[in-house]
Amino acid sequence: MEAAAEPGNLAGVRHIILVLSGKGGVGKSTISTELALALRHAGKKVGILDVDLCGPSIPRMLQVQGKAVHQCDSGWVPVFVDQEQSISLMSVGFLLEKPDEAVVWRGPKKNALIKQFVSDVAWGQLDYLVVDTPPGTSDEHMAVVDTLRPYSPLGALVVTTPQAVSVGDVRRELTFCKKVGLRVIGVVENMSGFVCPHCAECTNVFSRGGGEELARHAGVPFLGSVPLDPELTRSLEEGRDFIRGFPESPAFPALSCIAQKILNEAPVGLS
Amino acid sequence: MEEVPHDCPGVGSAQAGRGASCQGCPNQGLCASGAGAAPDPAIEEIKEKMKTVKHKILVLSGKGGVGKSTFSAHLAHGLAEDENTQVALLDVDICGPSIPKIVGLEGEQFLEDNLGVMSVGFLLSSPDDAVIWRGPKKNGMIKQFLRDVDWGEVDYLIVDTPPGTSDEHLSAVQYLAAAHIDGAVIITTPQEVSLQDVRKEISFCHKVKLPVIGVVENMSGFICPKCQKETQIFPPTTGGAEVMCHDLKVPLLGKVPLDPRIGKSCDKGQSFLVEAPDSPATLAYRSIIQRIQEFCSLRQPKGENLVGS
Repeated sequence: MEAAAEPGNLAGVRHIILVLSGKGGVGKSTISTELALALRHAGKKVGILDVDLCGPSIPRMLQVQGKAVHQCDSGWVPVFVDQEQSISLMSVGFLLEKPDEAVVWRGPKKNALIKQFVSDVAWGQLDYLVVDTPPGTSDEHMAVVDTLRPYSPLGALVVTTPQAVSVGDVRRELTFCKKVGLRVIGVVENMSGFVCPHCAECTNVFSRGGGEELARHAGVPFLGSVPLDPELTRSLEEGRDFIRGFPESPAFPALSCIAQKILNEAPVGLS
Repeated sequence: MEEVPHDCPGVGSAQAGRGASCQGCPNQGLCASGAGAAPDPAIEEIKEKMKTVKHKILVLSGKGGVGKSTFSAHLAHGLAEDENTQVALLDVDICGPSIPKIVGLEGEQFLEDNLGVMSVGFLLSSPDDAVIWRGPKKNGMIKQFLRDVDWGEVDYLIVDTPPGTSDEHLSAVQYLAAAHIDGAVIITTPQEVSLQDVRKEISFCHKVKLPVIGVVENMSGFICPKCQKETQIFPPTTGGAEVMCHDLKVPLLGKVPLDPRIGKSCDKGQSFLVEAPDSPATLAYRSIIQRIQEFCSLRQPKGENLVGS
């Protein structure tokens, strides 16, 4: 099960980005999905690896829930979410017989599956692989970092929401990154204010300012604030392409900025 | 894909680790050594410790960020408003312990005379300290919390959990198994992305025979403070908790709207119920707390030890 056993499966992947947060529910899967969509719109081939074993959200966000996963000689074939095959996805969600059945596994079993996901998915040629993680700093995170280490990931996008309770957990995530030698590409502050569609008043539903301050405290780049937009939530619920559908949305500039940062930092074409 | 080998003989059986279906199971070595077979003595010890704790409630959600800790803290605050009620709040989210922040405690254990709090957050020397522990170590911590903390005479023990259905949840349920848990309150937000995880959590409860007190739908609508019009920031595209509860036949305890003052109160470590007594969210919380109390009073042990599962 060691990475060296199947060097081919990640050899065709140019850049690997992890999306992390100490805190649950801040929008890791949302940011992972939107980043993948934005990179696709920039003409790139993207893979998404969803290693949230207890709460695999991404299949639904890309409207491929329930799809079957096939095997080939090199391992599992990821599910393509579009005709052009520019986004492929692997998630434990595809392996569950019943979607409402809980995956009640302890650490060692989760580690085993994550190692398999990293090593045994036949990604082929990808410009970017986005790895969505569950909240926390535990088995899954250690397994994914250890198994990806030989492939020199570009780094981690760390997601928070503005309030202190999130920032409190995300500080620990930044410590985790430091401890395991994972570079932090930057901090994204999600759910950053809500503009009332009726009167345009902006309310800080989940407080304000935490993300930027966190980035400053930790000495890492602040990549932007993504405001709350029910159209974004709805797009994810219905598996629609928000980037294509809602370029006027207040959430669009920040999401584009994050994607642009990745494209600038790790352009495809350089080794 | 199943969560245990298809014909797992059971960790306590004579075939544990030795059966044909054990091949490839990551726990095979452990079972074969016989280590899995002996019951953990801590379970009995915890049962003894819990004799002075009348009601135990777990606050769960498959999904992160739906408001478990916020709810747990305010459930504790609400119950403790009656100074004759002794409340204990245990935070078993080892990696992301939010409770100390939400209740405004830096290290003390007692928030008020009748409200005690325990969290791994108190054991960390710096807010930047990460708890990067694997499952077995997290389980050990939870065992210690339950067995070694001197809770005293407690009317309600509220256990706040991390998101998911993994080590912490299994440990909390296993270690408290002999001590009888009243039930679980499950928190969700209205959108399907949450509900799909929450259905798994409800399935987990059924699997481990944990009664479901009911579901709370949090962040259920936002009232603009300026124009007072309501928007669904997290739209219930598949009917929200109401439809899910109806389908799964579990009670919907209530819906709590989004009030920006909740986040602020949590940031300051204050009770939102006290800071914003007129908020529709406060009214919703209070109604839900009352329903939980009613549920628990129906299951009053009355001196006899009701063994769960």
